[in-house]
Amino acid sequence: MTKNLKALINRRSFLLGGMALGAAVPALALPGDNKNIIGQSYPSWMKTPGGQIEAYGTVAQYEKHITRHKAKDTAQTQLFSVWHSPIENQQGIITPNGLHFTVNHNGVPDINPEQHVLKIHGLVDKPIKLDMQTLQRYPMVSPIHFLECAGNTAPNAVSLTALDLSAQELSGQVSGAQYSGVPLKYLLKEAGVKTRGKWVIAEGADGGSHARSIPLSKLMDDAFIALYQNGERLRPEQGYPMRLFVPGWEGNANVKWLHRLEVTDQPAYTKDESGLYSDILNDGKIKRFSFHMDVKSVITQPSGKMILPVQKGFYEISGLAWSGYGKIKQVEVSINEGKSWQLANLQGPVLSKALTRFSIPWHWDGKERVILSRATDEHGHVQPTRSQWREQYASYSFNHFNAIQAWSVNSNGLVENYYV
Amino acid sequence: MCSRFLILFLFSALSYADVEIQLAQPLLETEIQEYDITVFPDGKNLPKGVGNVLQGKQLYKDQCQLCHGETGIEGPAARLAGNDGWFSFSDPLRILRIDKYPVLLISVGSMWPYATSIFDYIRRAMPHYAPKSLSNDKSYALTAYILYLNGIVKEEAILDKGNILKINMPGENRSVIGWPE
Repeated sequence: MTKNLKALINRRSFLLGGMALGAAVPALALPGDNKNIIGQSYPSWMKTPGGQIEAYGTVAQYEKHITRHKAKDTAQTQLFSVWHSPIENQQGIITPNGLHFTVNHNGVPDINPEQHVLKIHGLVDKPIKLDMQTLQRYPMVSPIHFLECAGNTAPNAVSLTALDLSAQELSGQVSGAQYSGVPLKYLLKEAGVKTRGKWVIAEGADGGSHARSIPLSKLMDDAFIALYQNGERLRPEQGYPMRLFVPGWEGNANVKWLHRLEVTDQPAYTKDESGLYSDILNDGKIKRFSFHMDVKSVITQPSGKMILPVQKGFYEISGLAWSGYGKIKQVEVSINEGKSWQLANLQGPVLSKALTRFSIPWHWDGKERVILSRATDEHGHVQPTRSQWREQYASYSFNHFNAIQAWSVNSNGLVENYYV
Repeated sequence: MCSRFLILFLFSALSYADVEIQLAQPLLETEIQEYDITVFPDGKNLPKGVGNVLQGKQLYKDQCQLCHGETGIEGPAARLAGNDGWFSFSDPLRILRIDKYPVLLISVGSMWPYATSIFDYIRRAMPHYAPKSLSNDKSYALTAYILYLNGIVKEEAILDKGNILKINMPGENRSVIGWPE
């Protein structure tokens, strides 16, 4: 029986080999036979057997150039790296895990999940600890949310002239995904937060023990410990095996590699709260703990450094909008530098604190155009113009930039970053 | 009997509102002490120890200068001394440096509101290539030196868990708290 099966397999692989050979050089060619063969003009992949499957799939070989890019001038050292997502190559509202933006201040730790323990202590009745196996037994939620670095689009915040940058280079510190994990309220209830508890210091298990002070009210509301991203376990650069997820709040507060939550009556003024993740106002004051990412949008197709392939004619303008306060209510698009605005179509789903895809048909007349998008969220927050945004902050303040993005399209179809 | 259990089970599985889960293990006091490293502005969690500016100066030269520059302003890593912003700074190459390393726009000395945060960050994260390798004494010494680079303490200053709380950082008066909104 086994012998027969083996013989059959051998015979099959022989036949497959013969077929592949036959496609290239017909073994039994007779004069005039070619007339009766179909598909002589077909591409080669229609005349050969297909390839094999990889155990963990990846993109087509022709798409491998679509990758994250490391921001050139932001990184101070190799350990502090900023990688931007190729948002102009994305459709829909979900960023593939391998393309999700990532900012790492202390490199990416290699954490063994079997040795990783989440500890909750401080102003609680009962300090507790949970290993991965235990945490997986808790109820889980799976919302779709955006994540954005506070410093996204910083070049447009501080540069006096509009730098020639692509959407990825300019605003690629935003991504969208479905995150699954355990709501913090279950764990905090189990530990029993004392009435004096108002803040929680969330700390990562990375080399630098990244820490942020988070208001308790947010953790009891919609925050959760994310274990999965887009259906698979978190990638190491996204906080494997677990990260804090605080929907709508600046990326830095979504502490990766989470291993400790300390309930306190005061914020700790950690490194990032003291300097890098604060906003310097126009009077020199320093605004601290500005957690929300405000309403924002960017047209991704077409966008910076693209060249419209054919002059004139139909194009679909498409982009992303999001708000850390809730749902996107509307996105308006202007093709005449803001002189008039038209409501864009929201493709849906339109979800709270999630990327929302907008689009609008456009017949380009081949002339120079400046295209803009302006988002409004369900609470009435509207994107400011760049000059309105600038008026609030010191000239060198670069966090939480959410002004209207303009792209100029010249008569050759070249698209460039532009200040109105 | 069997069916009554089944009904109870089904009902208890239906509502999340009243779910009370007790699956976690107790965290022991010794485990807390091992990881309880966050130092607060009011001095909570500050350890015993002492360090002075001159000790800090030597440590800085050996372990910090390569990334932070000779006087804490040159980069490439975050600027430790001087004012924040583009201008009003003695370094003639400043604009060029900022162009290359934008985070030099901000400064520990001018923006950080509490000296306790400097101690906390040095002890948990510095130097970048060997975090958690500096003792409490060395962390006090380096904190003292960074304060000295900013003209906040004198060269003969000695820092410990008592007097670090008396340091007035310029960043404190500039603070506006964004939470609650």
